[in-house]
Amino acid sequence: MKKRLVVVITMLGAVVVCLNIRPTLAEAARGGPGPSTMQRGQKIYEQTCLTCHQADAGGVPGMTPPLQKSPYVQGPAVKVIGIVMNGLNDGVEIDGETYTNPMPPFGTVLKDQEIADVLTYLRSHFGNKAAPVTVTQVARIRQELKK
Amino acid sequence: MKKAIAYSILFLAIIAGSSFKFLPLNPPRSALKLPGGFQVHVIADSLGAARHLAVTSNGIVYIKLAKLKNGKGIIALQDLNGDGYKKTGFGNYIGTGIYVKDGWLYASSNTDIYRYRLNEKGEVIDTAHAEKIVTGLLDRHEHNSKSIVLDNNGYLYVNVGAYSNACQLQDRAQGSPGINPCPILDSAAGIWQFRTDKFGQTYGDGVHFATGLRNVVGLDWNNDIDQLFVMQHGRDQLFQLDPNLYDAKQSAELPAETMYALHEGDNAGWPYVYYDPFQKKKIVSPEYGGDGKKTGGENAVDPVAAYPAHMAPDGLLFYTGTMFPERYRHGAFIAFHGSWNRAPEKQKGYFVVFQPFKNGRPDGNWEVFADNFAGSDDISSPGQALHRPCGLAQGPDGALYVSDDAKGTIYRITYDAR
Ligand code: HEC
Repeated sequence: MKKRLVVVITMLGAVVVCLNIRPTLAEAARGGPGPSTMQRGQKIYEQTCLTCHQADAGGVPGMTPPLQKSPYVQGPAVKVIGIVMNGLNDGVEIDGETYTNPMPPFGTVLKDQEIADVLTYLRSHFGNKAAPVTVTQVARIRQELKK
Repeated sequence: MKKAIAYSILFLAIIAGSSFKFLPLNPPRSALKLPGGFQVHVIADSLGAARHLAVTSNGIVYIKLAKLKNGKGIIALQDLNGDGYKKTGFGNYIGTGIYVKDGWLYASSNTDIYRYRLNEKGEVIDTAHAEKIVTGLLDRHEHNSKSIVLDNNGYLYVNVGAYSNACQLQDRAQGSPGINPCPILDSAAGIWQFRTDKFGQTYGDGVHFATGLRNVVGLDWNNDIDQLFVMQHGRDQLFQLDPNLYDAKQSAELPAETMYALHEGDNAGWPYVYYDPFQKKKIVSPEYGGDGKKTGGENAVDPVAAYPAHMAPDGLLFYTGTMFPERYRHGAFIAFHGSWNRAPEKQKGYFVVFQPFKNGRPDGNWEVFADNFAGSDDISSPGQALHRPCGLAQGPDGALYVSDDAKGTIYRITYDAR
């Protein structure tokens, strides 16, 4: 009985450890985001997004959605890049809540690298876990949106 | 090991048991901070987005919800004389505005205004059939709540908030110019007046009572001087939209949240000007050629009082009761929902303020009346606030009711000097 418990706990622990190091491994393999990407991303978050989404990325109840554990932030890169470029004012339902304020487009304000940095930062902070967004992906979507 | 578990279960059971035994007979007190002699009781909680509220002459409390609770958009709380409150719900629409007058309950969705006949006990006679008296008010998400108040001549006043921050071509986008003239002003950013007893009124049936008001949520009728008073939410994001003219600190303190005493035809100046509480002047908005100093709005009215920026005045109530001490009578209570647009500075508000009045005008400095809704005075993000005051109402005995739209707590504040 006790033995089995120990085994289960060890296995759970191992899974947790794996989950934690997986992105780092993936990033290393791709030569992905170093600390400077994160620093740049954080700076853009603080200068550009924090005013609405707030310091803890908790958003403003009823007005601005949180970016913590966000299905959009962690979702397909194509979609979240599109939101940052074009803005959003659909009053869409996010985790059962709707938000009245609009998000302006940042396509002309932020460069491809800056969009990649801020999204990469968000995708590994505030409870989010998703692969980095690359400048190539952003550039491709900018091209597609132009068409 | 097994023994330890058994003991801890026993211990938990004792705690659980004792807390049931010592449940207070009176409704629980809350952590609100009030001046000496005032008491607060929580009469309901967990209602969700409890926006405005209204109390009938026999003490039934009606609360308008911005999110349906078990499919209902209006909650009625009936005092069972010491045995708690009976809670019922009706109305399948969300909204903010609710008001009681002369045997009718009025309530708003984000586009329409309804009324319900009350019986002599203050109960809604037919909850299933509301009379739709106003329809088709604009709802474009931003600033979409429709607050309502009645005068003594059969008219109702409703705000239609601007679906915009500063009437830029692209809302809230850096570098986007202000549209001139601002097209929003024809059907929003103002107060409209309607009859209380006519069905299906639209914009064309009403009077465009006042304009140039970005967003009003708190409003009340002052019976001492028979005049409408409104609280405007000042514009956001001066720094983010114009970093060359404003820094983050200035942006957190500008512009003022403002109180206006309105006459028919008044214009408060949005979006062309904002009110700077330090220069005490109407300053031209940067989107319309302003530089932070240039004054404008010569034809616009001045506020009768100004409050710190971004605190979001969501409730206004003139106190006419006799329960509270003399100095509160005829003054105004203001519920400040609490800021978000002060970030990265610390947030402010999350309290109910008292504004002394004399002869129908603000007289002297405002003071914090009920504090600590947030549960802390160190709030950097509004989601951290436990409660956010929104609506205000006065009971027949003179008690003050406050609603909280974060958790849906309803407070009843009373005074007893003993
Ligand atoms: C002016 C306020 C504002 C600013 C500045 C802003 N946002 Fe938003 N954002 C919003 C609002 C409001 C929504 C929801 C819009 C809706 O529901 O229609 C939103 C939605 C989003 C979403 C999708 C919803 C979700 O829950 O994830 C993402 C992702 C996002 N914003 C990221 C950003 C990033 C990154 C920045 C900075 C580059 C930023 N936002 C700047 C207001 C803002």
